[in-house]
Amino acid sequence: MVLDTKWKLGIAGAASGVLACVLALLGNPRNMAFCIACFIRDTAGALKFHSAAPVQYARPEIAGLILGAFIIAIATKEYKATAGSSPMIRFVLGMCIMIGALAFLGCPLRMVIRMAAGDWNAYVALAGFVCGIATGVFALKRGFSLGRAYVAHKATGYVLPVIALAIFLGLFIPGLYVFSESGPGSMHAPIMVSLVVGLLVGAIAQKSRMCFAGSIRDVILLKNFDLISVIAGLFAVLLVFNIATGRFTPGFTVPGTISHPEHLWNFLGMYTVGIAATLAGGCPLRQLILAAQGSADAGVTVLGMFVGSALCHNFGLAASGTAMNAETQELTLGAVPANGKIAVIVCIVVCLIIAFTQKREEV
Amino acid sequence: MKEVDARGLSCPEPLMMTDEAIKEGAGEFTVLVTEPFQRTNVEKFARSKGKTFTSGEKDGYYTVTVHA
Repeated sequence: MVLDTKWKLGIAGAASGVLACVLALLGNPRNMAFCIACFIRDTAGALKFHSAAPVQYARPEIAGLILGAFIIAIATKEYKATAGSSPMIRFVLGMCIMIGALAFLGCPLRMVIRMAAGDWNAYVALAGFVCGIATGVFALKRGFSLGRAYVAHKATGYVLPVIALAIFLGLFIPGLYVFSESGPGSMHAPIMVSLVVGLLVGAIAQKSRMCFAGSIRDVILLKNFDLISVIAGLFAVLLVFNIATGRFTPGFTVPGTISHPEHLWNFLGMYTVGIAATLAGGCPLRQLILAAQGSADAGVTVLGMFVGSALCHNFGLAASGTAMNAETQELTLGAVPANGKIAVIVCIVVCLIIAFTQKREEV
Repeated sequence: MKEVDARGLSCPEPLMMTDEAIKEGAGEFTVLVTEPFQRTNVEKFARSKGKTFTSGEKDGYYTVTVHA
């Protein structure tokens, strides 16, 4: 099946939206569905790379996404192992993506999910995300490149899918992982449902080239609206679902939505994600899919995100969400800690240095 | 015939290079890419610019020859 028209791509996005709704209905945290940043972070926690008690669970969705994309890439002859395009810079970009995402509290996918649920903070973040992508596009026009990847041994690309499968199977070994007893990490759909949804979305994302950064980049750079049709389909389905089920709660400070109303840091957090993802050639979801279809470089970006998520919680960089105290009914606004603000600024500086020092002519 | 060597480059560089070649009025040219999805992307891009093309494989890489 070739997803070559805006309609087909829109339907692919809508199908992913339906699957996101299934996860929300069956227990995943509200407005999270299968947020890549959150779920890599939860997985890092379950594997004891960080010890933030509310966010520890080896999310089967991540394994499913990788394996679904891997299987369909092999089946449709789109698997090709490549490596060698500035892997360590991609590692750093992966860390920047995660630090920015956890300052906002979500990856670009979750940003769209939050937008569809009436979370105005996500619209502020969208503005930052678009500006970050525009900065990346400006760098691309000035000749930015991370250099060429080369064809590698086939097995190079098998490593991440095998690790993903192993992490998934570890869920069935009692006591191997740490699981949250409360908080977002404790909320999850049944394991096999999460896996199957991950497999399906992974396959859809691989065939549709779904990419949240790429969609906006293509509009700015190439006036091409193909990829944004996928996002539009996803957004439309989620919006209808949220309104129909009473989950559309507009506001900046809705408790329990795992969001915070610090506008500047929502903006800058997603600005960081926008620029880093554009430089790395795709959003967090796309990095997983690229890695699954054989790109060892994208695999390194995924490792960067994994390590970045652990850093966020080990060094107090991640934002907190607005919450309501059940006893006193007092509203505690979510916020980005000082360490997180400093980290976001450092990441932006690092991304700008990468953006304007790596040239295509030099590779 | 001009050759646009986009092998191993990340998105959207192959498309930018194809766009440049079209804008330069390079006539018929061949784009070389490494990954299957990049080949599809270049084909779609050429089609969106009203170009016809012929795709093939050479030495383990993919070629998309965009006609003038």
